Amino acid sequence: MSGPSDYQPSHPALKWIERRLPIMGLVHSSFVAYPTPRNLNYWWTFGAILSMMLAVQVLTGVVLAMHYTPHADMAFKSVESIVRDVNYGWLLRNMHASGASMFFLAVYIHMFRGLYYGSFKEPREILWILGVIIYLLMMATGFMGYALPWGQMSFWGATVITNLFSAIPYFGESIVTLLWGGYSVGNPTLSRFFSLHYLLPFVIAGVVVLHVWALHVAGQNNPAGVEPKTEKDTVAFTPYATIKDLFGTCCFLILFAWFIFYMPNYLMEADNYIPANPGVTPPHIVPEWYYLPFYAMLRSIPNKLAGVVVMFSSILILAFLPWLDTAKTKSSKYRPLAKQFFWMFVVVGVLLGYLGAQPPEGIYVIAGRILTLCYFAYFLIVLPLLSRIEKPRPIPNSIADDVLAKTGSKATPMVSTVIALVVAGALFAGSAQNARAEEQEAPPS
Amino acid sequence: MQRGLKVYKEVCAACHGLSYIAFRNLADPGGPGYSPAQAAAFAAEYKIKDGPNDQGEMFERPGRPADYFPSPFPNEQAARAANGGALPPDLSLITKARSYERGFPMFVIDFFTQFQEQGPNYVDAILQGFEEKPPAGVTIPEGSYYNKYFPGHAIKMPKPLNDGQVTFDDGSPTTVPQYAKDVTTFLMWTAEPHMEARKALGLQVFVFLILLTVLLYFTKKKVWASAH
Repeated sequence: MSGPSDYQPSHPALKWIERRLPIMGLVHSSFVAYPTPRNLNYWWTFGAILSMMLAVQVLTGVVLAMHYTPHADMAFKSVESIVRDVNYGWLLRNMHASGASMFFLAVYIHMFRGLYYGSFKEPREILWILGVIIYLLMMATGFMGYALPWGQMSFWGATVITNLFSAIPYFGESIVTLLWGGYSVGNPTLSRFFSLHYLLPFVIAGVVVLHVWALHVAGQNNPAGVEPKTEKDTVAFTPYATIKDLFGTCCFLILFAWFIFYMPNYLMEADNYIPANPGVTPPHIVPEWYYLPFYAMLRSIPNKLAGVVVMFSSILILAFLPWLDTAKTKSSKYRPLAKQFFWMFVVVGVLLGYLGAQPPEGIYVIAGRILTLCYFAYFLIVLPLLSRIEKPRPIPNSIADDVLAKTGSKATPMVSTVIALVVAGALFAGSAQNARAEEQEAPPS
Repeated sequence: MQRGLKVYKEVCAACHGLSYIAFRNLADPGGPGYSPAQAAAFAAEYKIKDGPNDQGEMFERPGRPADYFPSPFPNEQAARAANGGALPPDLSLITKARSYERGFPMFVIDFFTQFQEQGPNYVDAILQGFEEKPPAGVTIPEGSYYNKYFPGHAIKMPKPLNDGQVTFDDGSPTTVPQYAKDVTTFLMWTAEPHMEARKALGLQVFVFLILLTVLLYFTKKKVWASAH
């Protein structure tokens, strides 16, 4: 989208509006006529999925906020009364809680897509940095949201994370007292977390608008990493990308529905069903799964301030990615070495996540330190080095060439669809069983 | 579930509250299956403290369906004083508030088979896990009891269930395993009253979404036919 659109409505009433506020022209040029590369694969549907998830979270959150009481003595009970007494309150609560996890799942896939295909490279650096800002805002929002039910894990997770700010020299203690609104996590903390949790998603929405604007200025990246050159390389957004995004969103919704209706507590900590008690510390304080890799990195460093610095740097380093990975070839499809290191990085991330949930003892500590080193080595050593020494494979001349070369392999899209339907079928078959507590099973003593 | 409620009322309610359940919930669908009249009669057996009246005094009255199950102790301190310093937890959410690790790879498989019974399994096991004497070489503090499944093995609750303690109207066996199973089923309902509605709606949503996905897939293929 560059410059005014050439959209002219035919109906006189619409012409009247268009002359005063060209909003229809804006929507038309951004989402209807907008040229999108024709070789995009399904990893590109996650942008639309994320927009949908933001809307879902805001809508369910606004309705939940009508019934929630942000006071330390009443918060837990108000959440329980939402689940029990409010019509479909249980559905709203499950959608919002599972929605947060799905939101983060989608954002991680979206980010890894960007890493793999070089979507952060010139001219999309600002687009990428806006994305990092959105991610940081999401993490803050999620953290504060988790504190709101005021269960044991809400309270103690909030205590651990807000205490980290005391590591800042000179100002640390004052900052923490300001965050808490007192001398420990308490009612003032809950009230301000609620207020900010309501506010930040709208800040996120604003940054998302900038993010989409930046995207439309540069145009989308594509799996070949070759910019569109002619009309043949692109198709109109509607109906092509619209229907593809709808299909992808629907598949995502199936997974989402599985969590909401069948496994709502799978990702929750049992301890969060105990009302918060400042006098009793749970044996394991664990954040939600999407924070686990960073939690693992934090605990790997013996020094408090260094641990905090490492944890924040691990996210901020993403913002410098366009200047760390300067290879001319965008897509890792044509960079065999970079591709292998990318997948190793994914494994490192998953392992760090696993470690974040384990108690920091013995081999887990050593493994955590090694993996933290690997994480930073990927950004600071591997990527800059590969930019200099790697010889990439030849890239296609244009997107049209790329698509025509692929029409031979019609089987590939079928395979992934079959896999997706098999997973959906497996979930469905699992749902048809009766859920029964096993008679003989006993928990380990 | 009605058996479980009987076990709760006759055994557990002496020390444990159930404050998130109101008497009217006993008549809700997916629950123990009482009629509203039965739930009201059940409520009327309880004495609920209410007030203040116009003289400024608190008074007692029979329970109504809108009332919640009363807790046996007026506050936390009274509960601790009567139980050797330990606080008997409110049981409304206990089956969701307790769990145990299943380890890898079970937690992956559990996702697909919908295994989420860790909480009820835990409660069921604790109720049956009491042993007269701790094994040789294990000492537990004064005033606590040995339980095979409780983390740390020393629990402050004395063995609550014995054979023959509660008689059931429908003639079910009056054994400890039966009591444990019934009360755990009841407590899973108190923790999540809408579970059956949730899963029923879930099935409908799934069928709809899978149908929609298939339709969208073929629509997408049709739209893109010219572009490939």
